[in-house]
Amino acid sequence: MGGWKGIWVFIEQDDGVIEESSLEVLSRARVLAEERGEEVTAVLLGEAVAGEAAKLGRHGAHRVILVEDPILKYYTSDPYSRIMARLIEERRPDSLILSATRNGRDLAGRLAVKFRTGLIAHVVSLDYDDEGLLMGKVPGFGGNIMAVVKCVKGRPQMATVTPGIFDIKEFEGEAVVEKVDSGLDPEQVKTRVVDREIKELIDISKSERVVIAGMGTGGRMELVNQLAELIGADIGVTRPLADMGLAPRDIQVGSTGVILKGSLAIVLGASGAPHFVSGIKDMGTVISINKDPEAPIYEYSDHYFVGDIFEILPLLLKKLREG
Amino acid sequence: MGLRNIIVTMKVVPKIEELEFDPETKTIKRGAAGNEINPADKNALELALRIKDRYGGRVIVVSMGPPFWEPYLKLAIAMGADDAILVSDRALAGSDTLPTTLTLSKAIEKIGDYDIILCGEESSDGGTGQVPSGIAEWLDIPHVTFISDVMDVSDDKKAKVKRTIKGGHEVVEVTLPFLAAVELGCNTPRFPDFRRKRWAEREFQLTVWSAADLGLSPDEVGLKGSATTVVDLEEVKPPTRLKKKYTGSAEELADKLAELLKSIM
Ligand SMILES: Cc1cc2nc3c(=O)[nH]c(=O)nc-3n(C[C@H](O)[C@H](O)[C@H](O)COP(=O)(O)OP(=O)(O)OC[C@H]3O[C@@H](n4cnc5c(N)ncnc54)[C@H](O)[C@@H]3O)c2cc1C
Ligand SMILES: Cc1cc2nc3c(=O)[nH]c(=O)nc-3n(C[C@H](O)[C@H](O)[C@H](O)COP(=O)(O)OP(=O)(O)OC[C@H]3O[C@@H](n4cnc5c(N)ncnc54)[C@H](O)[C@@H]3O)c2cc1C
Repeated sequence: MGGWKGIWVFIEQDDGVIEESSLEVLSRARVLAEERGEEVTAVLLGEAVAGEAAKLGRHGAHRVILVEDPILKYYTSDPYSRIMARLIEERRPDSLILSATRNGRDLAGRLAVKFRTGLIAHVVSLDYDDEGLLMGKVPGFGGNIMAVVKCVKGRPQMATVTPGIFDIKEFEGEAVVEKVDSGLDPEQVKTRVVDREIKELIDISKSERVVIAGMGTGGRMELVNQLAELIGADIGVTRPLADMGLAPRDIQVGSTGVILKGSLAIVLGASGAPHFVSGIKDMGTVISINKDPEAPIYEYSDHYFVGDIFEILPLLLKKLREG
Repeated sequence: MGLRNIIVTMKVVPKIEELEFDPETKTIKRGAAGNEINPADKNALELALRIKDRYGGRVIVVSMGPPFWEPYLKLAIAMGADDAILVSDRALAGSDTLPTTLTLSKAIEKIGDYDIILCGEESSDGGTGQVPSGIAEWLDIPHVTFISDVMDVSDDKKAKVKRTIKGGHEVVEVTLPFLAAVELGCNTPRFPDFRRKRWAEREFQLTVWSAADLGLSPDEVGLKGSATTVVDLEEVKPPTRLKKKYTGSAEELADKLAELLKSIM
């Protein structure tokens, strides 16, 4: 089959629903491939996902490799990594790029070792150097430092991409779809999903206004909810509140949560730890209330109100309601 | 049933709030910062100790790092780990995740006789999150990441683990032996027992292995064995903010804030 050509993008899906950030990666891969005169192949594993192939063409894929099997309905590492490894061995892509979601990172770490190849972690930029080596910027130390990391050994060259970095684009033409057998023996599968509980899918990554509750709220959300409702904002939390189960993990802001992109953040009782502030650095305006006159969050705020949220918020709500 | 070894990988990290970056030399001045056990690894250790309480087994902590990590490994012993091993060798410096996972997997093989390996979901410094599934591949065992609990281990060598996913969680059934990456903050790590801590500090003998002890040649590890390289480091400057500070009575502050909100919305 020749060797190590083209860019592959792993397309994540869950019960037939394509993960948006996979399409972001696909669009970026298409731009890079055109610069290099190469092709982009989208690799889609799922239960019954053939209907999604056209979409992949529209967002950048020249080719789609489709593997359908009931065991692939939800992601789990064992069947997915085995199928991906087999496809890579047979077809030898130059690069394999994934979205840095939980599942994308889970799969990437395993495949990189399988092929003894370089893997660049959750990049916020992605390019090739003059010698065709994959490179990207990797935020580290909670987002304080950017390391420019390059793949120097092994194929496929690999990277995971932080969701929300690249835009989903539209491209002309249709993708050539190829179906491949999973070759899975269900008896041999070592990881399987036996139960799941999904409450509500909340996505605040594109919310214009977000009221963020920190530990200073003590997890008492009534006032926070009221403020958010009054100003038409969504709600976010710092990590400890999600850890304690007081809020869903999906609305956690920061380097291990959501990186916000909107116009206004109101930060209530959060100290401003490095892992947290990387989640609000792209917000247009940041307003904070904190009873500590010197909390680190001051440095990351446009407007910093020194006081107790439980004293200020009721008065504020009253004033806003009075108009 | 009695479990065999439960191995916890543990890294020591600088307290990142205390780190300083030198823009001239483009290096991170780690010396200025204090260190701590990587927070997620404490959660992994806590989970391991709980599994041991229910199903038996020995909890063994393994780290790859410089000699100054020793007190932190002793802290893990004080928390309740049965044994600790430090893989330490100058040849390992500069390892990216490929040689890191190779080295840790060799150490785990040398410990042997394991049923469960627990890692943290990611470190608070490098934070690639690539190490856990990488180790599992070297060992050729299944893995599950972002777990918050091991709910059940059955006699037929299967475990049920709770994994965080978008919008909620799922239960994954995985065959033993397996590796899991434990979510930061999913439990409250116990405090070290005072007497055990004194014992660990004074009497516990840490096992230290070199790369050669693991049969690793210098070419396989460190910078040479790495498949990525860091070509540049940049400090991310905080965004320029107005940094206007408001003080006064709650009434005054609420007034100002209301005005402000009306003016920008
Ligand atoms: C690997 C790793 C990843 C992480 N990822 C994230 C992440 O993605 N997101 C995240 O948020 N954290 C993350 N963290 C945790 C982070 O380091 C901090 O621990 C966390 O952000 C602190 O949350 P907080 O500011 O709400 O709480 P605290 O640090 O406890 O701050 C509470 C603040 O509230 C103020 N306060 C208290 N009471 C009041 C009151 N009545 N009125 C006004 N102010 C009050 C206090 O002055 C204080 O400043 C991560 C940590 C690690 C190790
Ligand atoms: C800013 C920055 C960016 C980087 N980017 C990349 C990159 O893109 N690709 C790459 O391959 N490397 C990269 N590295 C190097 C990488 O961080 C190191 O290889 C590191 O030794 C292990 O990775 P981690 O800290 O990211 O581990 P993670 O995968 O985040 O750690 C997960 C868990 O693995 C275990 N673990 C990790 N390291 C050890 C250890 N030494 N001893 C015991 N247990 C351990 C712990 O349980 C930990 O909680 C980067 C480093 C920095 C500082």
